[in-house]
Amino acid sequence: MKTLVLVEHEGGKVKDATLAAVTAASKLGEVHLLVAGQGVGAVAEAAAKIAGIGKVHVADDAAYGHNLAENVAPLVAALMEGHDAFLAPATTTGKNVAPRVAALLDVMQISEILSVEGDDTFTRPIYAGNAIATVKSSDAKKVITVRGTAFEKASAEGGSGTIENVSSTGDKGLSSFVGAELSKSERPELTSAKIIVSGGRAFGSSEQFHALLDPLADKLKAGVGASRAAVDAGYAPNDYQVGQTGKIVAPEVYIAIGISGAIQHLAGMKDSKVIVAINKDEDAPIFQVADVGLVGDLFKIVPELTGKL
Amino acid sequence: MKLLVAVKRVIDFNVKPRVKADGSGVDLANVKMSMNPFDEIAVEEAIRLKEKGVATEIVAVSIGPAKATETLRTALAMGADRAILIQTDDELEPLAVAKLLAKVTEEEEPSLVILGKQAIDDDSNQTGQMLAALLGWPQGTFASKVEVSGDKVEVTREVDGGLETVKLNAPAVVTTDLRLNEPRYASLPNIMKAKSKPLAQKTPADYGVDTTPRLTVVKVVEPSKRQAGVKVASVDELVGKLKALGVVA
Ligand SMILES: Cc1cc2nc3c(=O)[nH]c(=O)nc-3n(C[C@H](O)[C@H](O)[C@H](O)COP(=O)(O)OP(=O)(O)OC[C@H]3O[C@@H](n4cnc5c(N)ncnc54)[C@H](O)[C@@H]3O)c2cc1C
Ligand SMILES: Nc1ncnc2c1ncn2[C@@H]1O[C@H](COP(=O)(O)O)[C@@H](O)[C@H]1O
Repeated sequence: MKTLVLVEHEGGKVKDATLAAVTAASKLGEVHLLVAGQGVGAVAEAAAKIAGIGKVHVADDAAYGHNLAENVAPLVAALMEGHDAFLAPATTTGKNVAPRVAALLDVMQISEILSVEGDDTFTRPIYAGNAIATVKSSDAKKVITVRGTAFEKASAEGGSGTIENVSSTGDKGLSSFVGAELSKSERPELTSAKIIVSGGRAFGSSEQFHALLDPLADKLKAGVGASRAAVDAGYAPNDYQVGQTGKIVAPEVYIAIGISGAIQHLAGMKDSKVIVAINKDEDAPIFQVADVGLVGDLFKIVPELTGKL
Repeated sequence: MKLLVAVKRVIDFNVKPRVKADGSGVDLANVKMSMNPFDEIAVEEAIRLKEKGVATEIVAVSIGPAKATETLRTALAMGADRAILIQTDDELEPLAVAKLLAKVTEEEEPSLVILGKQAIDDDSNQTGQMLAALLGWPQGTFASKVEVSGDKVEVTREVDGGLETVKLNAPAVVTTDLRLNEPRYASLPNIMKAKSKPLAQKTPADYGVDTTPRLTVVKVVEPSKRQAGVKVASVDELVGKLKALGVVA
């Protein structure tokens, strides 16, 4: 089987989520990559080094500059004439583009796969991860998004793919990019952080959220996450949200502070290796999944913890 | 301008789903069902566009069992003007739902179709993007802000790195994210009024759409359970645990 993996990139670099998708694709067959964007020569070079890959299809055109699904999906659909499966990381970019590809190909997408059980059979989470479905696809071509935490990352080095330029399918003139407000942070990205400290509604304000969590995160070199309630209340930006409808993370250690542990939150972090919970309510559901729990007031505990580390 | 909103009847977000013992799916017997939370946000956004004078009519569509009528009545009570139920007892996949919605869109000719970004039962996050593809329309997914001016729709999107804004040429498809708005509760008088608002009954066959599933569910199981661990009594003990785990030196 010939697979095509969408390379997610930013600032000339291949993003980690791509590497998990490559691993999933390699379980199906030959892995080819697609790098779409504007001025993506360096990305293509880097992508060609990913271990085990064959061709790197490069579409360098202004139409692909901002990953507009309206322009990228027809490009992928055209390339799928020569491929049997399309895989994208289950990131906001992948989730935006892949279903559009699927509909163009008249294929039912398989979202956020957790494992490859065979050429046409996969597992995926449903109901906020409270159930795992094994599904078998009867479509001739497969369109798949891959949950990054479920697959090992392919090695970014050691490959020797051949770069091939593909012609642009052009700007469809349906949409345009206006601007972006991206969070700037020196901290590790949530989806690749080894340690995450995450705060909930209990922090009470944006000031307290940052005054308490930032020094702790600095000490631990951790990424910072948040519950939906903390994001809704404006304590943290949307890209901090961990959960069913936010980011799915699985760090070595996840420290949940002032987070109750609603199923929607657990869906995003319960595959973490070690879960630590700090909550003043000893019956908070978060303790049911925590390896280490401390009952108490976070306003006392967090500064003390930061001081003692 | 006319707006179409797609609303799905799903398990209530407060209910913990239970897997059926025979592995055939999730047990929905006697479980509280509600409108998918993202679809409440979609209905709310449509109503706000109408209140601003941008939209003139809101049509709510649901595909599902007869009981999805309740979901549509909720949308009508919130402020939608009329509703269409495409009744089926089969669980339709996003591709089939998108095809049906495309047919409704061709008939109704709305300028904007608003959907939720994700149904909290199948967690697919596909239908809006598929609908946009089938119609050849632009898509503003995971919206936290929607601004309509003339035939342009500016959508701010929640993306992994923060926020991104795109401009779409209407007609367009928008899918909602959590921060777009806070949906209103329907008032009692509006719930009463909703009972007399028009609700059309259709079937997938009326639209000539082949809804045969493409995926077979082989089995559904519970995820591996985590065991609750230990509680520590002090910060010192917690630091000790973290050290033992090698998290800190
Ligand atoms: C469609 C939908 C999607 C959703 N998606 C997500 C998602 O992706 N991610 C997500 O997180 N949520 C999501 N939610 C929301 C989820 O249901 C919960 O509402 C949310 O996770 C609660 O956040 P919280 O734990 O911070 O707040 P709360 O539930 O209010 O919990 C606060 C906790 O802090 C504790 N506390 C209070 N004061 C202190 C103190 N001084 N010291 C220590 N502890 C204290 C309390 O005991 C309590 O347990 C979603 C909901 C819906 C409907
Ligand atoms: N059966 C349905 N009836 C009406 N709308 C639906 C249905 N299924 C999905 N949708 C819409 O599509 C969105 C995304 O669903 P999904 O792609 O299944 O995650 C939902 O939030 C609804 O707006």
